[in-house]
Amino acid sequence: MASPKKVLLTPLVENNPIALQILGVCSALAVTTQLSVTLVMCVALTSVTAFSNFFISIIRHHMPSSIRIIVQMTIIASLVITVDQLLQAFAYEVSKSLSVFVGLIITNCIVMGRAEAFAMKNPPGISFIDGIGNGLGYSLVLITVATIRELFGSGSILGFQILPLIENGGWYQGNGLMLLSPSAFFIIGFFIWLLRSRRTEQVESNEYKLAPHTTAEEAF
Amino acid sequence: MEALLSLFVQAVFIENMALQMFLGMCTFLAVSKKVETAIGLGVAVIVVQLITVPVNNLIFNYLLREGALSWLGFNDLSLQFLSYLCYIGVIAAMVQILEMFLDKFVPALYNALGVFLPLITVNCAILGTTLFMAERDYTFAESVAFGSGAGVGWALAIVLLAGIREKLKYSDVPEGLRGLGITFITVGLMSLGFMSLGGISL
Repeated sequence: MASPKKVLLTPLVENNPIALQILGVCSALAVTTQLSVTLVMCVALTSVTAFSNFFISIIRHHMPSSIRIIVQMTIIASLVITVDQLLQAFAYEVSKSLSVFVGLIITNCIVMGRAEAFAMKNPPGISFIDGIGNGLGYSLVLITVATIRELFGSGSILGFQILPLIENGGWYQGNGLMLLSPSAFFIIGFFIWLLRSRRTEQVESNEYKLAPHTTAEEAF
Repeated sequence: MEALLSLFVQAVFIENMALQMFLGMCTFLAVSKKVETAIGLGVAVIVVQLITVPVNNLIFNYLLREGALSWLGFNDLSLQFLSYLCYIGVIAAMVQILEMFLDKFVPALYNALGVFLPLITVNCAILGTTLFMAERDYTFAESVAFGSGAGVGWALAIVLLAGIREKLKYSDVPEGLRGLGITFITVGLMSLGFMSLGGISL
């Protein structure tokens, strides 16, 4: 049995849900133009993952395996409805700017993936911690991406002006690409590169090896 | 009719589910190594979109929306908080039915799609299209056009990416970028390309 600390911390760098497991990428790209919105999304996803892991783990012995997907879906959907209603009640502006992405937590692969891979095999307490750990791993990538995009795109962090923009009499020309969608792909791509150059065991092997260099004469 | 056609074109190119809305990314990145499997998955997504979006549209308009149950005497009852549960139920059920139908009547296609069919349930492109449909208040006809357009757009994107990745595997990529990293950057470039279609006014 893995220790709680290990379960909590491995998803951060060693087994990051976005960078290594390819889970939950959609929302990582779509909600990262503003840091404040991203933070709400991270809290929402972390709590849904933790509680869905907890509840699914409680009833894991009573679920027939043929209908387990639909049972898991129902639990997750109910939790997401709760989060959505809470957001609409207490943070209406943020819930508007997240638009459909709160609902899409239901199909966020992190939630389903952790339920299948961890909560179905482990007791409730440790599953809850695993949910929090994976939520934090997801948050780590999202917050990095959102900080870069907001800082270089509109020169601010959490709405506070860090780099004064030319329009407001400062010196910084905002980078429009950072506010557009494709930049998120590039940032995550380079994030993975950075992560894997530190942790070389995560590098994927090539399907084809290049032959050592040959001269044109030798080739024919 | 013209309005429906332009909605379809808009859903395929301008609001491409994968490259502009970033939906269905997990399967998009994970199952795009071969063109053949990409085509199979793309076709399955088109079929599921074409069925679920209109069905969810009917459910939203005749059961969940505020005042939709007035024929039962509940005039200002709104069941919208149940919408997520209903949509995901419809999607899961539709995928299951489609799976059984194909198994019985079109075994060739069933074998070709294989494991991808159940995966479609958790493809966020499907649920995302339904949620956009509800948010934008489409009529039934519009939902058919939007659903099929979104499906075709997603299929187009995954087939294109698979084509690129089939060639890309021969190239000498820096170690840390191999596999997932370079795929992200490729998709970013494709997404930039698709943004240029955003200038089309319909």
